[in-house]
Order: sequence, then structure tokens, then C-alpha cells
Amino acid sequence: MGLTPATKPSLVSYDPPSQDGWVTTRLEFLVNWGRANSLWPMPFGTACCAIEFMATAASRFDLARFGMERMSYSPRQADVLICAGRVPFKLAPVIRRIYEQMPQPKWVISMGACASSGGMFDNYAVVQGIDTIIPVDVYVPGCPPRPEALIHGIMMLQDKVRQQRSISDQQQYEEITIDPSSRFYIPAAQIDELSEPFGNSVHQTRSAP
Amino acid sequence: MSVVIPGAALPHGTPDPVTPRQIPHRGGEANPSVEALRAQFGEVIGRHDVMWGETCVWIDAARIRDVVLWLRDDPSQQYDYLVDVTAVEHRDLDLPMEMVWHLRSLPYRRFLRIKASLPMAAELEVPSIEPVYKAANWLEREVFDMFGIRFAGHSDLRRILLWDSYAEGFPLRKDFPLRGRFSRSEQLSQALSANPEAKYSMEELSIADAFHELPADMRARLGGTSTGEG
Repeated sequence: MGLTPATKPSLVSYDPPSQDGWVTTRLEFLVNWGRANSLWPMPFGTACCAIEFMATAASRFDLARFGMERMSYSPRQADVLICAGRVPFKLAPVIRRIYEQMPQPKWVISMGACASSGGMFDNYAVVQGIDTIIPVDVYVPGCPPRPEALIHGIMMLQDKVRQQRSISDQQQYEEITIDPSSRFYIPAAQIDELSEPFGNSVHQTRSAP
Repeated sequence: MSVVIPGAALPHGTPDPVTPRQIPHRGGEANPSVEALRAQFGEVIGRHDVMWGETCVWIDAARIRDVVLWLRDDPSQQYDYLVDVTAVEHRDLDLPMEMVWHLRSLPYRRFLRIKASLPMAAELEVPSIEPVYKAANWLEREVFDMFGIRFAGHSDLRRILLWDSYAEGFPLRKDFPLRGRFSRSEQLSQALSANPEAKYSMEELSIADAFHELPADMRARLGGTSTGEG
């Protein structure tokens, strides 16, 4: 049949003369390969880091090489939340709600010193690092980081995605729900009610079963 | 709505303005509106000062609305543009707090800074000039938000930059610690428990369902006649 076991589990084995157009690989590798190369970013730009992020997306640095040229301004169609810039306390519930609205699996890049730690804004108005609000996968240092630095962070995230146990680990398919007794809890029905439906259907909402 | 041409009220033949050079730090020619104000209001008008070519005049805070109304409507003044409303608190606690209004007259190409002293011991309150300049609405809300100065007669005096339930005080006051009064965790939990939709007025927010989540005083303000918090 031309089916041969892969010599290395994480590599595609491809030998045209003997395989008759067949490719064998692990399903997990294929899923991760697809995910890592089509991460749709949700840009959350609040400050000068967003300018560098725009430069990264433009033709010179060309985010399209990573399958990321499709900026998803709806969190429901996004994979990566890229927080570029400082987050004041007034925006804290907003970015948290955006993160909650993103479907699993989802990742977060904290771009720049302010998003990662508050940066120079150690004052009454600015959140001291968005990891106090939402989980962060990759921190990109810099003030602001150059596009090369952001691309480095994106490639680190791609490495992380490639190494995930995407089939066996069911946890990443479960929506993160907050403890209903917490005062931060917002019922899913209320999130749907307050947020606009997306796509072509008015029934595409996060809390729909 | 009238079209304003800058310099239209100046006498015919007035040369076009050029960028001034070598302005003295102090002294120089004062804005002619100061003498006109003295002739009109007498004792209400205090000293005046010219710094870097800009005229600043001190007035009695209680009469600010009459003064700016006259400056706006008198044909010889025509201050039609309210540039800014702000306040200054000095590090020296013996000095009073100062309210600052920046006015510009486009037809006469004049700029006037009006200041009024507010003693720290008394309640910080000045008359609102929102009935004269609609632009003062948000500017005075910002001054209230940052300094805690109340504006009598403002139609909607509530916080504008910080959220309505902010309880740490007024951030631009000298006695306000840079990092706020609460701990970081308390600040964060208060911020996260806020409902983002409840921060806006019903005019800004078309979702009527969030109405019942608003604080009681905001409900009353939005539902009844608009009287402001004072």
C-alpha cells in the first residue's frame, strides 16, 4: 500500500516513489502544524507598541509569512490576543472580557514593557502587567519592541503550539469559566446579550452549546 | 452658526501676524482686554501679569460666569473660544489652589488667561461656566475628577476619566500618593468587578438592559431631571 511507519514521530515521512502520493504523520503533528501556521491575531493596541505591531503586519516585515495577516477584530474568530501597550485599570475588565470571548484554544502575547509589567507607569492608573488579569504565553520585552522582537515572540509561540498535546490534552478545548461565586463572574448569557453577534449568523455566540 | 474669520474684527489694514521673536520673560504689552475688564467690573478684577507675552489676570472666583459672559458677548472682546479649563495646586500648602481658564478671541487674535484663587480651607467650589461655553462641560468634569473642585450649576458633574465608583480620591492633588491609596490587588479587583457598560450614560449606551445594573444615584440622574451630583 505504500504506507510506511514514520521514522521520527514528529516529522512528515514522504517518499514519492514508494508511497504513491501518500503522506503519513501523526494527527497531532498535523493539527499543531496547521494551528501554528495560521494563528489569527486579535490586536489589542493601546499605545506606541501598536505602531510597531502595525509595522510588523505591513509589507516590510510581513506577518503574512506566518499565516497571521488576517487580523481578527472579532475576538470570537481569534487565536492569539496580542496586547500591545499599557492597559489602564479602566480597560482591565474590557481586555478580560475580550479574552473570555475568544474560543479555545487561545494564546496571549504580551508585547512591550508596559503590557508585561506596567513599565515606567508605576502609578495609580495602570495595570502592573496584564498577567494579573489574563494568562500570558509569551512576553516580548522592549519599549517598544522592534518588529524583529515581536516576530521572535511569535516564533516562540509557534514552537509552543507545535509542542502541544493537542489530541490527548482535553483541557485546552474546555472553555475557562470563572467560579460563579466570584464577583468577577459574568454569566455567559449576559456576555452574549451585551456583545454583538459575529459572522453571517446571529446565532454564532460564545455561550451557545 | 456663523463663520469666524480670524482677525476679522481688527481694523482694516492691520498687518498679518508674524511669529513673535525675542519675547521678554516678564513684562511687555498687556492684553487690552484687561483694562476693559477693569473698566467694566472694577473690584472684581485683581492684578494682572504678562509672562512670555501672554496675559494672565486674577479675578474673584465668584464672578467668573459674569466675566466670561461679558468677554464672549461684548462686541469689543468676542472671546468665542474656550481653550482650556484646569487648576493648579501648589506644593506650598499656604498658597491657595488656582482655577485657570484659557480664552481666545479669534476675531481680535487675542489670548487671555484668567486665574482665580481658591482657599484650601474653604470648600473648593466655583461657578460653572458651562451655561456660557458648552465646551466647559467635559473640561470641568475633568477638573472635578482630578482635583475635586465642584462646579456650581454644572449640568452633569461626575467623573469623566476615572470610573464613577472610584473611591481613592483625586489623583492630581498633592496629597494623593502616586500609586493610589489602595493596594494593587484591591485596585485590580475593584477595576475588574466594574461593569464596562455601566460607565456610560444611557445616551451613549443603547443597551437599555444594563440600566438596572447602574448605581442608584446614576439611575436617578439618568431617569429624572439632570441636576448633577451636587
